[in-house]
Amino acid sequence: MSETTPETDARRIAREARDRVRFEEEALELADQVYRVARHMVKTREEAEDLVQETYARAFRSWQQFRPGTNLRAWLLRILTNLNIDRGRKLQRTPDSQSLEAGDYYLFERLEDAGGEITEEERVDERLSQDSIVEALSAVPHDFRDVIVLVDIGDFSYAEAAQILDIPVGTVMSRLHRGRRILKKQLAEEAVG
Amino acid sequence: MCDCAECEQLLQPYLDRVLTEAEVLEAEEHLDHCSYCRRAYRFEEELRMYVRRAASEPMPLELKQKLAQLRISL
Repeated sequence: MSETTPETDARRIAREARDRVRFEEEALELADQVYRVARHMVKTREEAEDLVQETYARAFRSWQQFRPGTNLRAWLLRILTNLNIDRGRKLQRTPDSQSLEAGDYYLFERLEDAGGEITEEERVDERLSQDSIVEALSAVPHDFRDVIVLVDIGDFSYAEAAQILDIPVGTVMSRLHRGRRILKKQLAEEAVG
Repeated sequence: MCDCAECEQLLQPYLDRVLTEAEVLEAEEHLDHCSYCRRAYRFEEELRMYVRRAASEPMPLELKQKLAQLRISL
């Protein structure tokens, strides 16, 4: 039974309202970063926009479940990831081991074979277009792509990515390693054929 | 002292800064003497930054406005 007086109730309501405003403002400040990750978790810009809107609608409704002092960006991405899974994205076949045989120097070697030595001063964008990066990334199976997007683009730590995707840290590391290799293989195919 | 194949193995963990001190020294000793691996490491480092840059698409302004309209407190 509550024994609070109307005054303290009023104070509580005012405090909650203030907390809610602050939560919403902090969440909105992170929207650019949330979108940047969302954009590469789904195929199209429209899907990414829908997903981000759904994420914010849900976050604003369930803001009290967020524990202040913890990582709001990771919390938002966790919602987004779950919504994306709920949308029933198609299962993708894990690439077979043969397509992963390429080593870490593979792309470098292929580019050198095709266009001569890459000097220490040369910029990567002289050999690879921005479009080829985006294309190659979208061709990486989503289990691997999600990890690349969170860690290499979203700047999340391994531990945060593990929390967001609800997988062990070791799995984040192994998917990141394989995912980057798949990405480089795709890039080599895009750039050199 | 490591060779190019070993240096390739150490490339990703080196850039991720998860190698032991001894492994870092091993890789760097090889890099000091091998311009091929040095160029490959530098390429990979640049590639990572480029992927981040190339894949970072700014959020459409309309979306920002739509999100602000979803606020409940206002």
